[in-house]
Amino acid sequence: MVQAISAYKLDETGRGIESARWRVPRSAGRYAWGTLFPLGLLGLWALAVERAWAPPQILPPPRLVLATIVDLVRSGELLNNYLISLGRVAGGFFLGAVLGAVLGGAMGLSKRLEHYLFPTFNALSQVPVLGWLPLAMMVFGIGESLKIVIIAQASLVPVAINVLQGIRRVPPQYLEVAQVFELSRRQLLRRVVLPATVPSLFVGVRYGLTLGWLSLVTVELLASSEGLGFLIVWGRQLFQLDLVLAAIISVGVVGLLLDKGLALLESRLLRWRPQASWSGEKVVAS
Amino acid sequence: MSASRETARRAARVAAARAYVLPLALLVAWELSTRFGLVNTRLLVAPTKVIAAAWRELQQGGIVTPLAASLARDLGGAAIGSVLGVLVGSVMGVSRRWEHALGPSFHAAKQVAIFAWIPLMSVWLGTGEVAKVVFVALAAFYPVALNTFEGVRSVSPSHVEVARVFAFSRVQVFRRVVLPGAAPSIITGVKVGLVYAWLGTIGAEYLLAAAPGIGNLMIDGRESFQMDKVLLGVVIVGAVGVIISAAAANVEARLLRWRS
Repeated sequence: MVQAISAYKLDETGRGIESARWRVPRSAGRYAWGTLFPLGLLGLWALAVERAWAPPQILPPPRLVLATIVDLVRSGELLNNYLISLGRVAGGFFLGAVLGAVLGGAMGLSKRLEHYLFPTFNALSQVPVLGWLPLAMMVFGIGESLKIVIIAQASLVPVAINVLQGIRRVPPQYLEVAQVFELSRRQLLRRVVLPATVPSLFVGVRYGLTLGWLSLVTVELLASSEGLGFLIVWGRQLFQLDLVLAAIISVGVVGLLLDKGLALLESRLLRWRPQASWSGEKVVAS
Repeated sequence: MSASRETARRAARVAAARAYVLPLALLVAWELSTRFGLVNTRLLVAPTKVIAAAWRELQQGGIVTPLAASLARDLGGAAIGSVLGVLVGSVMGVSRRWEHALGPSFHAAKQVAIFAWIPLMSVWLGTGEVAKVVFVALAAFYPVALNTFEGVRSVSPSHVEVARVFAFSRVQVFRRVVLPGAAPSIITGVKVGLVYAWLGTIGAEYLLAAAPGIGNLMIDGRESFQMDKVLLGVVIVGAVGVIISAAAANVEARLLRWRS
C-alpha cells in the first residue's frame, strides 16, 4: 500500500522522492530510460521492414532514411532548403515582431488608442493565421511575399498582445518610485516600463516564432517550390518516404533550434532580473 | 462618491463607443472604395456582397453542411486527442520512470511543426476522413498531455499524504486527489487543445482530399476566384473559434465551481 502511493509522493520543493525500489541512478539511468522508447520503436520499425509487414514504399528501412539524410547534407540540398526556410522566417518574423511591438506599445501607452484599436485588433486576431491563407494567396499570389506576410501576421498578434499586457502589468509600485525620483516621461519609459515589459515581450516572441514556423511549414506544403516544407511534399509526390521522413526530422531540428535558441537568449537578456522577486510586494518590502 | 461613479460610467461608455469607430470607418471605406472602383473589385469585394454571398450559401445549404462536417472532425479529433493526452500526461506525471521513458521522445516529437506530418499520414492513412480526424487528434494531444503532466506534478503533496492516512488505494488516490487537483491544468490544456484542433481541422482540409468542410469552402472560393466566398470562410473560421473558446470557458467555470 505504502509503496503504491509513494509514486505520488512529492517533497516540499516539488521534486519527487521515489521509493527505493523505483529509484534509478540519477543521470545515467534517466538517459537510459529515455533511449529505451525510441530504440524500441526503431527496433520495431527495423523488424517490420525485415519481415516485410509493409512494402518498403510505405515503410522505408531506417538505414535508408539515414542514408538519405547523409545524402541531403552532402549534396548541400538540405542546407539550401534550411537557408530558404529560415530566411523566410527571419524576414517575416522581424517585420511582424517590429509592427507588433509598435502596435502593442502604442496601445499600452495610450488608453485612448487602446480604446480605438484593441477591439478591432482583437476581433481580427480571432481568425487563426491559416484562416487567412486562401485570402492571402489571392491577394499576394503564391510567391515569396505570401510567405513573408503569413509569418509576419502569425508573429504580429502574440507580440502585440503580450507587449500590451506587459505594459499594463508594470507594478504600480515601480511607477510610484519613478514618480518619487521625478523621472521624465522618457526616462520612465526607458528605465522602468521597457525593462518591466521585456519578460512579457519574450513570451510573445516565443509564441509568435513558434506560430510563424508552423504557418510557414504549412504554406510551404501548400504552395512553394523550395524550403523544408516543399521537400516533404516533393518526397511525397515521388513516393520516396525516406525523403519525407528525413525532411520531417529536419523540420523538428528547426523547431528544437528555435526553442533552445530563444530560451538561451531569454536567460541572457533577463540576467539582470533578481531571481525570485518578480512581485510588487517583495520589491516594496526590501 | 456618486459623482466619481458617474464619471467612471461615462468613461466606460466613451471607451465602448470608441470601439466601433475603426470597424465602422473601415467598413465604410471598404464599401465606398469598391463602389467607386478605387480598388480591384476582383480582389476586394464589397462587404454587402459578402453578406449577400452568406445569404445565398445559407439558402443553398452551402454553409450548414460544410460547417457540420468540419465541426464533427474538429470535435471528434479533439475528444480522441484529449483522452489520449490525459492518459499519457497522467502516466508521465504519476511515475518518474515513465516520465524518463516517454518524456524525451514526447518533447522531440513535439518539435516537429504538426502540419509536417500530413504528407506522411496521407501515405499511411489515406487522404480521407480517418487521416483528418487522426491529425486533429494529434494537434489536440500535445497541449493536453503537457498540461495534464504539469497539473499532476503540481498536486499538493500534503493532499496525497492525507489520502495516505485514510488508506486510499492507488486508484482512489488518483481518482479522488490527483485528478481533481490537476483538473484546472487539464482543462487549460483542453482549451488550448481545442484551439489547435480547429487550426488542424482547417489545415487538414486544405492539405488532404477534398470533402465538405469550411477549409474546403475557402479553397474552392480561391480556385474559382470568388473572393466573397473566401471572405465568408474567414468570418466563419473566426466565429467558430470564438464560439468554441467561449463554450469551453463556460464549461470550465461550471466544472471548477467546487473550488470556490
